[in-house]
Amino acid sequence: MTDWIDIGGLDDIPRLGARTVDTREGPIAVFRTSDDEVFALLNRCPHRGGPLSEGLVAGRKVACPLHNWVIDLSTGEAVAPDEGCTTTYPVRIEGGRLLLGLAPARAAAHA
Amino acid sequence: MVHLSARRRLVVIGNGMAGMRTVEELLSRAPVRFDVSVFGDEPHPNYNRIMLSSVLAGEKTMDDIVINPRAWYAENGVTLHAGDPVVAIDRSARTVTSASGTVVPYDALLLATGSRPLMPPLPGLDLPGVVAFRDIADVEKMLAASATHRRAAVIGGGLLGLEAAWGLKRRGMEVAVVHLMPTLMERQLDIEAGTLLQRDLTERGLHFFTNGQTEAILGDGRVTGLRLADGREVPADLVVVAIGIRPNVQLAKDAGLDVNRGILVGDDMATSDPAIFAVGECVEHAGQVFGLVAPLWEQAKVCAARMAGDDTAAYATPPLSTRLKITGIDVFSAGQLAAADEADAEVVFRDLAKGVYRKLVIRDDRLVGTVMYGDVADGGWYFQLMREGKDLADIRDRVIFGQAFADTCCGAKAGGNVTAMADDAQVCGCNGVSKGAIVAAIKAKGLTTLDEVRAHTKASASCGQCTGTVQAILTAVTGADAAVPEAMCKCTDLSHDAVRAAILSQELKSQPQLRAALGWRGADGCPKCRPALNYYLLCAWPGEYVDDSRSRFVNERVHANIQKDGTYSVIPRLWGGIATPAEFKAIAEVAEKYGIPEIKLTGGQRVGLYGIRKEQLPGVWADLTAAGLVSGHAYAKGLRTVKTCVGSEWCRFGTQDSTGLGIKLEKLMWGSWTPHKVKLAVSGCPRNCAEATIKDIGIVCVEAGYDIVIGGNGGIEVRVTDPLVRVATEAEVLEYCGAVMQLYREEGRYLERTAPWVERVGLAHIKARILDDEAGRKALYARFLFSQRYAQTDPWAERATGGVDAHEFQPLAVVEG
Repeated sequence: MTDWIDIGGLDDIPRLGARTVDTREGPIAVFRTSDDEVFALLNRCPHRGGPLSEGLVAGRKVACPLHNWVIDLSTGEAVAPDEGCTTTYPVRIEGGRLLLGLAPARAAAHA
Repeated sequence: MVHLSARRRLVVIGNGMAGMRTVEELLSRAPVRFDVSVFGDEPHPNYNRIMLSSVLAGEKTMDDIVINPRAWYAENGVTLHAGDPVVAIDRSARTVTSASGTVVPYDALLLATGSRPLMPPLPGLDLPGVVAFRDIADVEKMLAASATHRRAAVIGGGLLGLEAAWGLKRRGMEVAVVHLMPTLMERQLDIEAGTLLQRDLTERGLHFFTNGQTEAILGDGRVTGLRLADGREVPADLVVVAIGIRPNVQLAKDAGLDVNRGILVGDDMATSDPAIFAVGECVEHAGQVFGLVAPLWEQAKVCAARMAGDDTAAYATPPLSTRLKITGIDVFSAGQLAAADEADAEVVFRDLAKGVYRKLVIRDDRLVGTVMYGDVADGGWYFQLMREGKDLADIRDRVIFGQAFADTCCGAKAGGNVTAMADDAQVCGCNGVSKGAIVAAIKAKGLTTLDEVRAHTKASASCGQCTGTVQAILTAVTGADAAVPEAMCKCTDLSHDAVRAAILSQELKSQPQLRAALGWRGADGCPKCRPALNYYLLCAWPGEYVDDSRSRFVNERVHANIQKDGTYSVIPRLWGGIATPAEFKAIAEVAEKYGIPEIKLTGGQRVGLYGIRKEQLPGVWADLTAAGLVSGHAYAKGLRTVKTCVGSEWCRFGTQDSTGLGIKLEKLMWGSWTPHKVKLAVSGCPRNCAEATIKDIGIVCVEAGYDIVIGGNGGIEVRVTDPLVRVATEAEVLEYCGAVMQLYREEGRYLERTAPWVERVGLAHIKARILDDEAGRKALYARFLFSQRYAQTDPWAERATGGVDAHEFQPLAVVEG
C-alpha cells in the first residue's frame, strides 16, 4: 500500500533542481527536470552517500556533488561504468501539487 | 563440498618462515583440502627470523616480529606442536614421531627444517658465553649477557655477524668483529664498498680484526676471549659465532631421502619421495642452497600450488638482492659484484667524502650486477632493470646517476617511458590505480579515449596530474595516437575557445540561445559544459547575462563549501588577513551559538568554520553579516585570498606597506568570477614571507617599487611565478594586476588555473598585452572595473537577509511519523 502525501507545489522546486523531504525513510530528494517531470530518490548517492539533491541535473540524470557519479533519476541506477543503485519513490503531479508515495517503489540493491 | 574424512593430512616439520608461508599459500588455494599439523622445535609461534637483529638492537620487540600468533593456528584449523620436535619419519607407514612420543600419520609431508648455524671446530666452543645467532633463545642469551657483561666478540663479518655486532653495540657492549677475509661482507660487497662499510662502522665504535682466523676460544668456566692464528688476542665475555649456516638435513638423511648439501628437490619442490616436499633453507635446488628470504617465498608458492594439484607450477631461483639492516648504514647489492671477464664493464660512481659509492656491472648493454653504498634509493630500480634484462643502450651514459636523472634526460616529462613501467607501478595515486589495471581495462573493454579510461578505471579522474601518463599508456596499448578530445564535452564538437568566440561574434547571451545556435546535443547541456558556459556568458556580458544558479556546482550555488559528510564550511573574508577584536568575537560567538564543530585557521590567513548544516547557513551568515563580515568566496572559481605580510608598518625589513596594498587589491578584486580560483599575495620585501611567488598574482615589494609576478601555483605541481614587471606606485600595481586578471578571465579556459594559462599562451603574449600595449592594458582594466560593478554584492547578505534562494536552505516538506 502506498500513502500519497502532499509535499508541496511543483513550482516550489526550481527547474533542473531539487528539494528535499524529511521522512521516516530518511531524506528524499525530489527532482524537477527541464520538462517538468518529477522524480523522487533517497538523497544518498550509492557511492559515498553524497546528497544528490545538490547535484547538477541534466536530462533525466543528476551528477553527485561529491565525486561526480551520474545517477539515472528514473531508475536510481548509477550510469555505467559506475555500479550502484539508490532507492526510488513514486511521485506524481496532481493539479500542480506534488504527491509522494511513501512505500518504497523498490529496494536499493545492497552495496 | 569435500567431506571431512576425505581431507588429506599434511604434516609440516618446521614452524619457521618457509614452512608457514607454504601453509598460508595452501590455505588460500585449497582451504578445505588438508588437515594441517605443524611441528616446531621452538616453543614459540611462527616469527620473522630476519627481524631478530632488530630485536637485538632494541628497535623491535619479540611481539612485533610474530607472524602468526597462536590464535591464527586455531582460527585456521592448524594443529601446532610447538617445542616438540619431530625425531623420526617412517616413510613406509607414512607417520612422524615427535620427541614427546606423539605419532601423527600423513598423506603429504613438508620438510621445512631450516638451517643450523655453522660452528667451527674450535677448542672452547662449549664454554658458557658462546652463542650462535639463529633463534629467539640465542637473542635472549645475548641480551642477558649484554646486561651483565661488557665485552663481546663476534666471529664473522658477514650480514648476520655485523647485525649481531651492531645490536650488541646498541645494547651498550664493546664489540669486536673477527673476520676471516680482508673486507667485510665479501659475498655481497666488493672491496671498495666493504672498506667504506668498515670505515663507517669503526666510526660508530665497532672494532675489527680482519684477516683474522680464530684459533681458539679462551676461558676457564666462562669465555674470556679469542686467540687468533697470528697470535692476536681479543678479550670477550660473550662470543657470538656467525660464520654461516648449513641446511638442517639430519631428519631427511635418517629417513633415507636424497641429500647432498641440502635436501634435494626438483622444480616441483618434491624430494626423492613424491609424498614428501621440502622448502626453505634446508633444501638444495639445482646445486644451490638458500639463505635469503625471496627465494623462500617463491618456493612456498610453488610447493603450495603443487600440493593443491597444480602440476604446472615450477620453481626457479629469482635474482637476489641484499640489504643490511643497520640503521643509518645503507648497503644494497644484487647480481655480479664485479666484472667477470673482458665482456663485462664496470661503471663506477664514487664520492668517498660523502660516503657514496655505486657500481654497475654491465654486459651486452644489460645490467648484471650492482653494488651500492651510502645512497641506495635507486637499488629497487637497478634490481628491476636487472630482472627485466632491459637494454640500457639509450641511457647507458647516465644510468649510473639513477632513475630520476636517466628518465628526465629522456625528455619525457609527462608520461615517461610507460612500456618500461612495471605492471604494479601505481599510476594514479589518488585512486590507487596501477599500470596493469589500466592496461587490463583498455584491453578488456576496448577503450580508445582518455575519458573512457577515466570512467572505467578512475585513473586521472581526481587530481589529473597523471593524465599524461594515462594517455601515454593508452597510446602504447592501442598502438595509435588516440587524440585527446578537444571538444568542450560530449554535447558539442566545438572547443572552449571556439565557443567563446561564438558567444562574442554571434552575441549569444543565454544558455538556451547558445545551445540552439551552436547545435548542442541535449537541451539541458551536461554537468561539464553548463558551468563553463555560465562562466563564459557571465564574463562576456557583465550586467546583462543572468547567472544560472542551476549551472553552478553546489559550492557556488549555496556559497559555502560542501564537505564529505554533506555539511558545509563557512569562511568570512578577512581583508589582507586583518581582523578587529569585534570581528573575532562575532566569529567566536557564531561558532558557540550554532555548535560549530571545528574552527580552523586556513592557509590563506582566514578563519574557517567547519561542519555547518545547510539549514544553519542563513543564520550563521546573518550573524556574521551583522558584524560587518562578508563572504570570503572560499568556495568560488573567483578571487580567494590576498595573503600579506606585515610589511613596513611593523617589520624592520619591510620596504612598503604590503598589508595596506593587499587590502586594496582585495577590495578591487573580491567577488569577481574567474575560470578557476585565483589567489594573490603581497610580500613587503624580497624575503617574501607571504609566499607571493607561488600565487596566481604576487607582489614583491622592493625599495624601488613593486615587482609583479604571475602564474605561480603551490598546488599539485608547484610552479614559481614568472616576473611580469616592476612598477613604482600602488596605483600602477592595481591597474596592471586588474588588467592581468581581466586577460586571464577572457583567455583562460574554464577550470584552467593561471599557471597552465601562462604556459599555454606564453609570457611573451601576456607582456605584449599588458606592458607593450598601454591602451590595451587600460581597456582591460576598464573592462574589469565594469564587470566588478555587477559582481561585488555580498552573496551571504543577499541570502541571510535579502531572501535570495530561500528555497535552498529549507526542506520542501517534513513528513512526520
